[in-house]
Amino acid sequence: MATRTNRINLEVTQYRGSKTTLCAGCGHNAISERIIDAFFEMGVDPHKVLKFSGIGCSSKSPAYFLSPSHGFNSVHGRMPSVATGAMLANKTMLAIGVSGDGDTGAIGAGQFVHLMRRNLPIIYIIEDNGCYGLTKGQFSPTADLGSKAKNGVVNDLPPLDTCALAIELGASFVARSFSGDKKQLLAVLKAAIAHRGTSMIDVISPCVTFNDHVGSTKSYAYVKDHDEPLGEISFVPYFEDISIDYEPGSTTNVTMHDGSHLLLRKVAEDYNPTDKISALRLLHETSRRGEFATGVIYIEPDKDDFLDTLNVVDEPLAFLPADKIRPPSRVLDELMEELQ
Amino acid sequence: MSSTLPSTEPAQSSGHSHVVNDFSIQVATVNGSGSQTANLVLLRSIFQMGVPVSGKNLFPSNIAGLPTWFTIRANHKGYIGRKKEIDFLVAMNAETAKDDVLSLDPGRPVVYDEPLKLRELRDDLIFYPVPFDKLVAEVCTDAKLRRLVKNMIYDGVLAHLLSIDIGEMEKALSKQLGHKPKAMQLNMGALEIGLKYAAEHCEKRDPFRIERLDKTAGQILVEGNAASAMGCMFAGVTVCAWYPITPSSSLPESLIGYMRKYRMDPETGKATFAIVQAEDEIAALGMVIGASWAGARAMTSTSGPGISLMSEFAGLSYYAEVPAVVFDIQRVGPSTGLPTRTAQGDLLFTAVNSHGDTKHPMLLPSSVEECYSMAMEAFDLSERLQSIVYVMSDLDLGMNTWMSAPFPYPDKPIDRGKVLDEAKVRQLGAEWGRYKDVDGDGIPWRSLPDTPAPASFTRGSGHNAMAQYSERPDDYAGNMERLARKFDTARTLVPPPVIDRVDGAKIGIIAFGSSHWAVEEARDQLRDENGIRVSYLRLRAYPFTPAVDEFIRQHDRVYVVEQNRDAQMRSLLLIDGEPEYAVRLRSVLHFNGLPIDARSVTDGILAQEK
Repeated sequence: MATRTNRINLEVTQYRGSKTTLCAGCGHNAISERIIDAFFEMGVDPHKVLKFSGIGCSSKSPAYFLSPSHGFNSVHGRMPSVATGAMLANKTMLAIGVSGDGDTGAIGAGQFVHLMRRNLPIIYIIEDNGCYGLTKGQFSPTADLGSKAKNGVVNDLPPLDTCALAIELGASFVARSFSGDKKQLLAVLKAAIAHRGTSMIDVISPCVTFNDHVGSTKSYAYVKDHDEPLGEISFVPYFEDISIDYEPGSTTNVTMHDGSHLLLRKVAEDYNPTDKISALRLLHETSRRGEFATGVIYIEPDKDDFLDTLNVVDEPLAFLPADKIRPPSRVLDELMEELQ
Repeated sequence: MSSTLPSTEPAQSSGHSHVVNDFSIQVATVNGSGSQTANLVLLRSIFQMGVPVSGKNLFPSNIAGLPTWFTIRANHKGYIGRKKEIDFLVAMNAETAKDDVLSLDPGRPVVYDEPLKLRELRDDLIFYPVPFDKLVAEVCTDAKLRRLVKNMIYDGVLAHLLSIDIGEMEKALSKQLGHKPKAMQLNMGALEIGLKYAAEHCEKRDPFRIERLDKTAGQILVEGNAASAMGCMFAGVTVCAWYPITPSSSLPESLIGYMRKYRMDPETGKATFAIVQAEDEIAALGMVIGASWAGARAMTSTSGPGISLMSEFAGLSYYAEVPAVVFDIQRVGPSTGLPTRTAQGDLLFTAVNSHGDTKHPMLLPSSVEECYSMAMEAFDLSERLQSIVYVMSDLDLGMNTWMSAPFPYPDKPIDRGKVLDEAKVRQLGAEWGRYKDVDGDGIPWRSLPDTPAPASFTRGSGHNAMAQYSERPDDYAGNMERLARKFDTARTLVPPPVIDRVDGAKIGIIAFGSSHWAVEEARDQLRDENGIRVSYLRLRAYPFTPAVDEFIRQHDRVYVVEQNRDAQMRSLLLIDGEPEYAVRLRSVLHFNGLPIDARSVTDGILAQEK
C-alpha cells in the first residue's frame, strides 16, 4: 500500500518531531498532533516554517512537531519579540509560536500586547491550562475566579481573557478551541495557516497532573461540560476544487487572504465574526453564563500585517547581497562633504 | 582655584598681550530657549576660521525651563577634551548667573543680560552688559519668536569681542537655517545687532581672541551617535530594533534618516532594512536576536538601564550563540537625576552581563571616527563569533560635537562568519553539529532557515554538540569549555590597543573611550609642567590582548584612567590579569557627570606620585 502523501508529495512523517516528554494525556500533545495534521493537510513546506516558543511545558512542544523546520525555544514570556525579529529578517517564512497561559498572560503580557497590536504574521497558540505545570501547579492569570488548585487553594483573582485582549489589541484572526475537540481544532489551525496576520488561538488544554481535579475549571470534565462551540466550522482550502454550498442565512462565508474559504455556522442571529464589537459581546455573554465560546471568534481577513506597513523589499533581508546593503563610496563622500 | 590666565602669546597687531586661540567659552542658558542654534553657529564659525574646536552640551533631563550650559573650547594645539576652567562666560540664565559668576577665576570676562546686574557681584572680572530684550525687540516684531532669536545676539557680541569673522557666522548659520529663509533673516538681524551694539558699547578689555589658523582644513564636525549610525549603515545593517532612551536615541534616529535616504532599493523604492521602535529594551534585544538567528545583520542601541533589562537575552545570545550588536551610550546611573550626564559606568556589568557564566566582547571607541569604524567591526565580529558584541560609547562621545578627519570607506568586505552554504554542507556532511567545534577555534558553523542547510533547534543552556536537548554533565561542561575557547579566539580578532611606549618611562597610563582626549593633553601637561614622561596604552576592546599584559609589566606604576567611581576597568584588568597587577595598577577616577578633563587627570596622577 502506497503511503499517503500531501499536495507537495511529503509524507506525514516529515511533519512529525521528536518524542514528547510531556505527561501522558497532556492536552498539549493533542495540540501537537493537530498541528502536524494541519500542516500536512495544507501542504506547507516545513523548510518555510519557523517555530518559536517561550518557557514552560507548552514551550517545549515545538520540538515535538515539524522536525525539518528551524525552531527557537527562547526565554520566558519573550517569544513575541524573537518571532518578530525573525520575521523581519525573512518575511517569506510562515511563523508558528507556542506559548502557555503563564508565558503569555503573566511574564509575557507586555510582549503579547505588542505582538497583537502589530498584527505580525504568525500563528500564536496559547496552550491554556490555567496553571504553571513546569513549576508544579501554581495559578496562572487565566485561572478562573474560584477555581481550586490541587493543594486546595482557591483562586481569588479574575481571569485574563486572551481572546478578548487579542481582538481589542488588533489581532486579525482570533479563535478559542479545546485540545479534546479534534475536528474543530484542526479546522481552526488550517484556517490560521491560510490567514495572513496574527492568528491568536487560545486552546484550552487541561493539565492532567496539576489541574484535572474536581473544583478546577480547567479539568477535562469541566471543560467538556462548559464548552460552547460556535457551530460547525468548515475550512475549504483554495487548492481544493470543491464547490461551496451554504445557506447565507445561517452561515458566514469568509474569503481568506489566499482564496480559501472559512464557513462559520451562525450561533446567534446578531453575531458577526468579522465585527469586533459583536465578537467581544459574544465573549462577554458566554463568560457571564459561566461557559466559554469556542471556534473562530473574530476574523478580519484583509487587514495589513506588520510587515506590509514596513515597506521592505520582497526578498528576505537576511539574504540581500552585499551591494544592496553597503552603499557605495560616493555616499560616504557626500556625507563627509555635508559635515565639513 | 588658579588665578593665572592661560599662557599668553605676543599680539600680532597691538602692543599688549592677547590670549589667542586657546580658551574656553561657557554659555549658560535655559533649555528650550533655542540656544543650541546660537551655540553651534559659534562653534562652527571658529572651526571655519581654521581653529581646532570642541563643544560640550551640559544639559538637564528636561524639555524646557531648566539650566543648561554649553562649553566651547578653542585650542590651537588641537586639544579637544573638556577644559576644566571657564575663561569666558556668557550669562543668559537668571537662575544660575550668580553661581556661574562666582565660580570664575579673576580677570575673566562676562557677557551678560543687563537686568541680571551681575557687575555688583564682583569687582575683579571684566563685565560686558548687553540689553538683550531691548535689542531683540528691534529686530523681531513677533513677540513669540523673540525668545528663540534672542540668543543669536550673543553670537554677534562675541563676534566683535573675540574677532570672529561675521561672514563665517553667516555661513555657519546658513548651514543650519539656509532652508528656512524667514528664520535665516531673523537670526541674521539678531547677529548684526549684537555685533553693532558691541562695537559701539563694549570696549574690549579682555585678552581673548580668535585668529585665523589652518588647522581644520578638510576636517568634519559630527556627533558620535551620528557617526555610529553611518557605521551601521555601511556595515550593512538590515534590522534595527530600539527603545527611546537618552543619550542613545539619536543613534537610531540618525540611522533612520540615513537609511531612508541611502538604503532604499532603486528598482522597487522599497527599504532594504527594517527599523522598529520596540515596546521596551527587552523586546528590542529579543527582536535583534530573532532577526540575527534568521540571518539578518541586526543591532540595537541603548544606555545603562536598557543594558540591565537586556541581561537575560544577553545570556541567551551567549549560550545559543546568536549574533547581536548592542550600542551602549553610557550615562550616569538609574532613574531620574543625571541621565543626561556622561559616565563610563557600565563596564563591569556589561562584560559579564547575564546569569550563569557569561562574558562578552566590548569595543571601546574613543573618537567619532571609531564610533563609525567600530560599528562595522562590531557586526563582523558578532557574526564571526556568533556572540553578542557591545560597543561602549558614552554621552560625551555620542551627543557632543567633535572635530575629526573624514571617515574612510571600509576597505574590507562584509564578514558574515561561519554560515553553512551548500558547499560547506557537502564538505562537512554528517560531521556537522550546530555546536560542534570542527575548526578548533571554538566557533561552530551555523545553519540559517530557508537555506539548503539542515535545520536545528535553538535552546539556551541545555544542548549537546548536535543541538539536541541534553542535561548531561559532560555535554554541559564540554560546551562551556568550548565557549571559553571561543572567547580566547575573540582575543585574536578584537581591535588591538594603541600603544605609545616612551623609552625609559616608569609610569604608564591605560585609558579608553572618551577619556582619551584628556589623557593625551594630561601627558603633555605632565611632561611640560612637571618633567614627567608617561607611556600610554589606549584600550580598544575587551577581551584584552597579550599586548596589555606586556605594557603593564613594562611599567612600575600604571594609572588606569576611567569615568566611574569603582575603578571598573582596573577591576576587569585584575580579574583577567596576574595577581601582581594589584600592586602596579592604580586609579584615576572621574565621576561627577561632567566629561573628564586633562587637569583632573594630571592632578590625579601627581597626587599619587608625591
